Amino acid sequence: MTDQQRRFVSTNRRVREDRRFVAGAGRYVADLDMPGTLHVALVASTAPAARILGIDASEALAMEGVVDVLTGEELSAAVTPLMNGLDTPLVRRFPLAVGQIRYAGEWVAAVVAESRALAEDAAEKVRVRTEALPFVIDAEAALEPDATPVHPEHGSNLLLDRTFDWGPVAEDFAAAEERLSLRVTWGRNSTVPIETFGVIARWNPWEEMLDVWASIQMPKYADQIARALKLPGNAVRVHYDVDVGGSYGVKRGIKHTVLVAYLARKLGRPVRLIEDRLENMRAGDAQGPERIFDIDVAFDRDGTVRSMKMRALDNAGAYAGRAPFQLGKPIGAIVGPYRIGSVQYRAMSVTTNKAVQEAVRGFGQAPTNYAIETMMDRVAAHLGIDRLELRRRNLIRAEEFPYTIPSGSTYDSGDYHTVIDKVLAHADYEALKAERDRLRAEGLCAGIGIAACLEPSGGNSSFEPLLNEKNRTSTWMEGSRVTIDALGFVTVAIHTTSSGQGHETLAATVVGEELGIDPDRIRVTRPDSLSSLPGNSPVGSRMAIMLGGAAARAARNLKRQLVAIGAHAMGIDPDTASYEAGTITAPDGRSIGWDELVDIGHRRFHDLPSGTNPGLTASFIQQVPTGVALPKDGKVQMYPCYSFEFHLVLMAFDPVLAKPEIRRYVIGHDCGTVINPHIVRGMTLGGIAHGIGAALLEEFTYDEGGQLMTQSFLDYLMPSSHEVPSVEIVHHCTPSPLTEFGQKGSGESGYLGAPAAISGAVQDALSPWGVTVDKLPLRMSTISDTIADAETAA
Amino acid sequence: MKTELTVNGQTRVIDVEPRTTLLDVLRDGLGLTATHAGCEHGVCGACTVLVDGEAVRSCLILGVQADGLDIRTVEGLTSGDGALDIVQDAFCETHGLQCGYCTSGMILAAHALLRVNAAPDEEEIREAISGNICRCTGYQQIVEAIQLAAERIRTSNTLKAGEVVK
Repeated sequence: MTDQQRRFVSTNRRVREDRRFVAGAGRYVADLDMPGTLHVALVASTAPAARILGIDASEALAMEGVVDVLTGEELSAAVTPLMNGLDTPLVRRFPLAVGQIRYAGEWVAAVVAESRALAEDAAEKVRVRTEALPFVIDAEAALEPDATPVHPEHGSNLLLDRTFDWGPVAEDFAAAEERLSLRVTWGRNSTVPIETFGVIARWNPWEEMLDVWASIQMPKYADQIARALKLPGNAVRVHYDVDVGGSYGVKRGIKHTVLVAYLARKLGRPVRLIEDRLENMRAGDAQGPERIFDIDVAFDRDGTVRSMKMRALDNAGAYAGRAPFQLGKPIGAIVGPYRIGSVQYRAMSVTTNKAVQEAVRGFGQAPTNYAIETMMDRVAAHLGIDRLELRRRNLIRAEEFPYTIPSGSTYDSGDYHTVIDKVLAHADYEALKAERDRLRAEGLCAGIGIAACLEPSGGNSSFEPLLNEKNRTSTWMEGSRVTIDALGFVTVAIHTTSSGQGHETLAATVVGEELGIDPDRIRVTRPDSLSSLPGNSPVGSRMAIMLGGAAARAARNLKRQLVAIGAHAMGIDPDTASYEAGTITAPDGRSIGWDELVDIGHRRFHDLPSGTNPGLTASFIQQVPTGVALPKDGKVQMYPCYSFEFHLVLMAFDPVLAKPEIRRYVIGHDCGTVINPHIVRGMTLGGIAHGIGAALLEEFTYDEGGQLMTQSFLDYLMPSSHEVPSVEIVHHCTPSPLTEFGQKGSGESGYLGAPAAISGAVQDALSPWGVTVDKLPLRMSTISDTIADAETAA
Repeated sequence: MKTELTVNGQTRVIDVEPRTTLLDVLRDGLGLTATHAGCEHGVCGACTVLVDGEAVRSCLILGVQADGLDIRTVEGLTSGDGALDIVQDAFCETHGLQCGYCTSGMILAAHALLRVNAAPDEEEIREAISGNICRCTGYQQIVEAIQLAAERIRTSNTLKAGEVVK
């Protein structure tokens, strides 16, 4: 199918979800009004590590309106530990601390009362007696042999230490003409949605059913709830018709959910926990990767990068969760867009006494891209080759696709050189360099940053079996169902919550395209989890590929039924019939219209061709394209599709004040066929804003005493409309051969390259002094101090 | 404490606990859930409402302080029949939102701007929404929405900010 033949895909149609949101009619979890609801407030630890000697809740329980105070001891006796990604059974995590506190802010007890205000009042009256324990904050310190283990039962702080050798690394290093080493550090930031996490649970003892409404973006959420509470899977019903106020990966409040679900069963009333901002920041368990990269790179004097050794040391925080897997996903694009022939990758994850790490947009890919791109800049500087030219020499060429990288993933398609050329032409690169030099001549620090990177998309979670051999996952399917009702109207069911990605628009667009029906006439519904087909939620930039594929193929199945019905009615071979916008036409020009087809499908079994079910409905479960095999020899096809982005940034700042200002931002973006241009554009612009935050502003900072210093929006700084510039997007489309319309993922775009590009611009601005700043976020004080030190030294 | 609240043109006398914020009174007391809690310490702007036409953070004033003031929330922009006002429609046209959580505050901040400045330039728009954090969009499509709304209001003989597209 070509663009010209498409009626709805890739057209600038409005996003259907927007209407309810601009009217203030979104249905967020905190908006749900359930009679008789009880409210939870948390008693949080003030110490980063301590033994719990006793909890005295008598004063709180005596207060009017207080219903219960729950401790970790009681809860852990009733529920199973929360799921770990790795095989680390002795790193046990419960919603409330059990016996030992492992980070400042960790929940020690939950107070349940008739209102949130009463619960907060009572939480202040709970007395927790503790004995301080040693603690460790820094990842490298946590690795030391004498470091205090955060989980003594586990024996050390090491959760994961795995070295992969893909290709002839030693030989390539020996043969290379040049080598260099570098270290870069990615600070602990997160996506910090404006809506905090919230959940309501209600237990019906007569039906033995747990109903859950949550601000959730999490694969296998209902399964995890059932497991933790030891309930049958069909006794947990998650309601997907809840709007999620932003997530970008982190809204995975399984501990909150298990806590309120237990309380709802125990107390026989609906129980609700909506984090306040402080709870969210310090103990929402939603902080992102914090990673030190040590890289050795081997290359020739002509700029050919032969091999790379990368060690990534990640600070997972106090419990394991899925955090270590964020070291696994980047394996699927470990060489970025480059033809690097061999790679050694050592992935290390350690526990520390910080809050728990959760999935953040890109699942570890943005930090890795930052490390790879910084490496490329250093190689160029070392050789005195232009940074763009160095990249051009190493980029995979359009004619080389499909291209298999050393770690086993095959990139589906791309045309990196063309995207870059289009961006340079759009931006007038020579003029941009002249502008940088003019700014420098004015006495400003000015620099150009570039980043070329990939967005692996369509996630099939292959990092799970790769890093945990007990895990046999080789599917990460997504289902959709399309129905034509007896009046002839089309309804599509999708089986997930959404947090702004426009899945209703996506589903309606692709089904409208397949059936030739205006998407605005198609209804999209979200059944609850027990009425849903299997799915894995919108993670890993997967929904355009997976939900788009499932809905399109269900619609195509339905179209086949319509063609069979129409052909049968006209007495012709279905293969000779044509379908156009709901009408079946015979080669001789006779035709049968929509209303007649619907009438036959719904009322006239006697007119149906044999083998056709009545009722006009079709479901399709989409398997991840390319997801067929378990890992072998440390290699696996990680994700199916690879979007490309090229960032070009001009920054300027005063050498003393060092307040960074983005003067120009151009991005070239190729995510294959775009389903809805508004949505993809918004994702890209929003991702760049996140990237600006990660590069310049955002960090969960802990002091030496293990206390989180950035507990509010006054300390944890996020980009406002002043910090985010107007961004120019240069569009390019290299369709994926693996998907229904040629689409790839775009949900993580922008964020995956912006930090690298901004860092590159700052390093370029610092280059006259011959210094670098190798830790994100790039703080104004660090930049100005670095310049001052360089000038003093000179 | 008995408080007389005028919200979206309707006056009601309700009992308000003195420590309750206007945000909580609107949401829990009056069931007006279009106004959202974000940070609850006056930084993110998600809870923005119009008080006597000015954009105000409803988490930073107490419900009892709102006695006698004219308060408008997003619910008051439309008549509830599915029609959108000119600013809301512009946000849909440019997709100036994703998850929708900050959107109520953004739209009211835009109203507060357009009430006093019919032809804001980009800098003025960015200044007007700089107290409202959006984590989804990177702001650009929001700026475009407000530019579009301003243009439509300027070139319309009948519609003003807050009026409804028929």
